[in-house]
Amino acid sequence: MKPAIVMEAITKRYGKGDKAVDALRGVNMTVYPGEVIGLIGASGSGKTTLLQCLGAIIDPTSGRIELGGNVIFNNGWLIDDIRTLRRDKIGFMFQAPYLIPFLTNIENVAMPLLLAGQPYEKARQRALELLTTLDIADKSDFKAYQLSGGQAQRVSIARALANNPPVILADEPTAPLDSQRSLSVINLLNELAKQYDTAIIVVTHDEVIIPIFKRIYRIRNGLVFEEKREIRDKGTGYLSQISS
Amino acid sequence: MINLAVRDIRYSWWRYSLTGMVLGLLIAATITLCGIYRGMIADALSLPSTSGADIWVVQKDTLGPYAEGSSLYADEYRGLAGFPGVADVANLINFSRQVQVGTSDVRVMITGYEDGKMGQPPTIIAGRPIIQSKYEAIADKKSGFSVGDKIKIRDYEYTVVGLTERMVSPSGDPALFVRLKDAQELQLKKDTTSVYNDRKRKNASDDTNQFAKYKTNAVLVKVAPGWDINQVADNIKQWKHFEAYTYADMEHLLLSKIINKAAKQIAFFLVILEIVSAAIVALLIYTMTMSKLKEIAVLKLIGASNSLITLMILQEAWGIGIIGYLIASVVSDLWVPIFPRYIAYSTDIRVFTFALTMGICTLASLISIRAAIKIEPAAAIGG
Repeated sequence: MKPAIVMEAITKRYGKGDKAVDALRGVNMTVYPGEVIGLIGASGSGKTTLLQCLGAIIDPTSGRIELGGNVIFNNGWLIDDIRTLRRDKIGFMFQAPYLIPFLTNIENVAMPLLLAGQPYEKARQRALELLTTLDIADKSDFKAYQLSGGQAQRVSIARALANNPPVILADEPTAPLDSQRSLSVINLLNELAKQYDTAIIVVTHDEVIIPIFKRIYRIRNGLVFEEKREIRDKGTGYLSQISS
Repeated sequence: MINLAVRDIRYSWWRYSLTGMVLGLLIAATITLCGIYRGMIADALSLPSTSGADIWVVQKDTLGPYAEGSSLYADEYRGLAGFPGVADVANLINFSRQVQVGTSDVRVMITGYEDGKMGQPPTIIAGRPIIQSKYEAIADKKSGFSVGDKIKIRDYEYTVVGLTERMVSPSGDPALFVRLKDAQELQLKKDTTSVYNDRKRKNASDDTNQFAKYKTNAVLVKVAPGWDINQVADNIKQWKHFEAYTYADMEHLLLSKIINKAAKQIAFFLVILEIVSAAIVALLIYTMTMSKLKEIAVLKLIGASNSLITLMILQEAWGIGIIGYLIASVVSDLWVPIFPRYIAYSTDIRVFTFALTMGICTLASLISIRAAIKIEPAAAIGG
């Protein structure tokens, strides 16, 4: 199977000379379509920097990134329109849902499609399909303030899926939720990843959800280590820990 | 594409409405001040522009008859009538006086004109023209008089037989038109105590006949067709030793010497009002933008361009401007008629104020646009 995303020897250096800080020091990571992986690490370990590099929000200093089989970064961006890349190829979820407060939920979900130039009705139809999949269609015409935390997060998942991106980057999406809701969000992401053949990278340090991930990348001092681990739901036993 | 600004305005309608209302009142004040300024000019020129004269002949070295006192012998017009290029002449008297109506009194500018000549009220909006030789008057409607009112000036009682409009002195006193003879008497007549005192001082001099030497304030001159008005005025100045003002001179004199300072006051106040308006709009737009910076970062992250965000902020600022302008139009329509002086509330003032409002709103939104453009999509990710 062709990987959804491949990162090779990604580095990110902030500042220059004596004050330079290496946030990422040669990260290698591969994620396949349909899988949800966890990216865990302590505060300041480089999680957010890695996510921003993956999301084409900041420029890595060096390395190579392949997205859906296409090399998009090789010691520099190989594409001109980063904004379009982000809009069409990457979905985002955040610590809080960050729904646009003056739009209805269906409009929030339709927004990436509208920004991509899709007609309003078509975008609305697709948004309704996603909200139905996420079992929140009855709140389509509500505003964000009329939703619970879990409901709002589901709307933000629908928004991330709107353009059917090969990759979704989720930055601590369960941070504002209780344990029960956190588990249900991650289970939902697992289902959606399979259903839409999307690779989902979840940055978290939520101990409740960590055991659910089938693969985990741990980041420490700008280096990433893959933890191959027990798949609890299938009970196939422990695997040894290998660093990458 | 969804119009983000319209959605945001609908979502925060109460905040918009409140700000729009405050801005509306400020714009209404702006419209009114512009109207007051225009009204002052219109008032200052109302009598000269409708008198039908081409030249005003007044006492030498005076700015009369509207700007300051001027005194000529009433028979000077005869000499002027024979002047080359002069088609018609008429005596004119005007002076301000407090007149009594019942128990209250009103300050008016008494204007004396000769029947059938220049200087009479241009329109009669109620009642009739003066037909009797004495003690009838036509009042500007701003005086508050009605047809049939009896008004007391000195010892005489006048009857208001007609009303005119937009006839006021440069200082805004409504005009009260009377026959020239009446005006001359009112101007010269002394009360009995004064006559007694004068007699004692002058030892019973010639003041017994106090109307012996009638005077006038100005002679209105109509220039014959084909003659150059400036040339005729220069000739009068040279040969008769009077001041002779053309309409252009009169306009310059009234605007630059009489209402100049008041106009400057209004202009300065207008500038202050516009600064306050800009500050209010800027504050609201900035507060609203700052309160949704994270959402703007998210919008950028999911593909919104800077131009889309800029347009949203600009449209919101313009929305406030339009709401404010509509409120201002209604408010100023309501309060303009109750002002004591004429307010020239014309279409060009409305257009100017609208353009000014939109300009202010655009300027006021610049600081917010800068903040929104500066926010990076990265701000949506991380704490």
